Amino acid sequence: MSAPTRVAPAGAATPPVKSDDGPSLIEKVLQVRSLGILAALIVLVVVTTMQNGNFLSSQSIRDILLAASIVGVLVVGQTVVMITKNIDLSVGSVLGLSAFAAGSVMSGADGAPIVVGILAGVAVGAVCGLANALLVRFGGVPALVVTLGTMYIFRGIAYLWAGGEQITADEMPPDFLTLGTATLLGVPVLVIVAVVAVVLAGVYLRRYRSGRDLYAIGSNGHAAELAGIAVGKRILLAFVFSGAMAGVAGVMFAARFGTVDAAAGSGYELNVIAAAVVGGVAVVGGVGTVWGAALGALLLTTINSSLPVLQINQFWQQAIVGALILIAIAADRLLAVRAAQQLRKRSAHVD
Amino acid sequence: MSTDTIEPATIAQSDSDGRTSTAGRIRELLAGWDSAIIAITVVVLVVASVTNPDFGSSRNFTFLVLDLAPIFLIALPMTFIIITGEIDLSVASVLGLSGAAMGWMWNNGFAIEAIIPMCILLGCVLGALNGFLVAKLGLPSLAVTIGTLALFRGLAFVLLGDQAVSNFPRAYTSWVTGTVGGTAIPNLAIPLVVAAVVFAVILQATPLGRDIYATGASDTAARFAGIDGARLKFWLYVVCGAVAALAGVLWSLRYSSARADNGSGLELAVVAAVLLGGVSIFGGKGRLAGVLAAVVLLATLQNALRLEDISNEALTIVTGVLLIVAVLLPNLLKTVRTSAQRRKLQNTN
Repeated sequence: MSAPTRVAPAGAATPPVKSDDGPSLIEKVLQVRSLGILAALIVLVVVTTMQNGNFLSSQSIRDILLAASIVGVLVVGQTVVMITKNIDLSVGSVLGLSAFAAGSVMSGADGAPIVVGILAGVAVGAVCGLANALLVRFGGVPALVVTLGTMYIFRGIAYLWAGGEQITADEMPPDFLTLGTATLLGVPVLVIVAVVAVVLAGVYLRRYRSGRDLYAIGSNGHAAELAGIAVGKRILLAFVFSGAMAGVAGVMFAARFGTVDAAAGSGYELNVIAAAVVGGVAVVGGVGTVWGAALGALLLTTINSSLPVLQINQFWQQAIVGALILIAIAADRLLAVRAAQQLRKRSAHVD
Repeated sequence: MSTDTIEPATIAQSDSDGRTSTAGRIRELLAGWDSAIIAITVVVLVVASVTNPDFGSSRNFTFLVLDLAPIFLIALPMTFIIITGEIDLSVASVLGLSGAAMGWMWNNGFAIEAIIPMCILLGCVLGALNGFLVAKLGLPSLAVTIGTLALFRGLAFVLLGDQAVSNFPRAYTSWVTGTVGGTAIPNLAIPLVVAAVVFAVILQATPLGRDIYATGASDTAARFAGIDGARLKFWLYVVCGAVAALAGVLWSLRYSSARADNGSGLELAVVAAVLLGGVSIFGGKGRLAGVLAAVVLLATLQNALRLEDISNEALTIVTGVLLIVAVLLPNLLKTVRTSAQRRKLQNTN
């Protein structure tokens, strides 16, 4: 699964370089990718709106953004992990466990402030993330295998804990459920949470040394190690972050749907990885942005909502998602090959 | 060991000679993960038969074989693919699409004798698409097969929607669930054993098998040795597609129900079984015997614990823990061994 033509991001092994000659090649490539998704999104919205003007109603936009926000929060964590050349298959299970934790804390403790439920969900997520992190860091085993195992384990724990029961909306305090529907200046709170997560992670990855380190680790872990980057520590934190984000998503899930059982979030891991891949995050590591991944999540969610409007059988949704993933990785390959050729030409000039 | 001249850096080489008995024993254990899995499987089988009379019943044995059949079948080509250093996450979707195609064709009046080969041909085509994208275009197989996982499953739903097709000829459905003569041996056990033997012989005793290991150990080195790794991988994906499609046909016949969501999530169970069987996710290592033992082990645990009224949920945890322990144990042992060696060196200095 090696990609010989993979281009390392500018400043991989060095502190972030301010490139004086405009954006680096890889940045251009990523911009093309984000623009492509944005264009696809706009075309989709325009075509769908032409079919049915209600598609752009505030209610409909709200629904799409709400649906995208949970996947959006998950994809932020997943992107950070994938950039380091790892993967987290356990996010769906962590979401389920966290949602159940938040739900049962809120339904069990009468009059507890909602922040307790939120903290419980996020804490459970972070602990799951820490378990993944330690296994990946000290087990010497690929994250794919570790998180495949913990995916089963966390889901099993959720089932054991729930014991076939579900927590329903009437057991949870109304304040907590309001979280799922409340708006701030007309924008749903859950959407704000997702946007804040994307912006903070995006800025961190782009502007901070330790954020740039993650790209270096994903491009060439050995070189990063030699360059003095604390590879193990960074990967550990990336997994804890992904777990905590899945915890946040779990709390959002509980607040939005009001009903939580142990199966919450089953199969989400594939949606999240799909969103990241469509958004330009490479499974081979070192490439991608949370902006792109979040756009990917938004695109996939919008497709889901526009199919009924376009009177396309809802069953096409999954097939379209699959085709999009394949197109996205094939396009990446094409761009990477072209970028490599260009680099070769440029270095020929220097010589 | 009076080896005070050995530098710490050469520790790994010195103990690969296995001169100390501890290191030798650990090395045996490391090399023999598949033997360990086989032993564990045998123990579990014996314990289950002794402690629960229902487990040993012929009826339960038949069910056990029927339950493990799809994972058993798909694990064969999956082992080959993972040994070459790739992965195929689309197998369960191929199974589902093959079942959906079978149901669609049956609804549209095709003869069952034509449907089954056409389903398998469909599996070859789907596998060829994976193979083309992975082997010819050089795209990462994890991403490609996540894409085709969604694509193939989606096409299955497009083809059959949420309907279930169930009126397949009785002769076929009862053959799949039936047993040989008056014995407890299910009819299905015969093709399973034949397939296992064929795959094992190819992998462990033919030049093709050596090419598969060589490609997984080092793609570049294998190319210099004259092995066309890309062509090899392409055909492995085709075979994997065909086998997954066959599993889809058997699945539909066994439950008398062709549905688009047949076998959802099975890909992860297959991958878990292959890794539990001692195949390295990095490629180049592992044996089919260990994988098949792991398939039997997982199915037996599931079956036996269910008879003991232990919940499926607890079983999910057992599967996950087994998988992690299996892949972690060799590394932990290696760490222990290295630090023991280092201590010994420090003492002798």
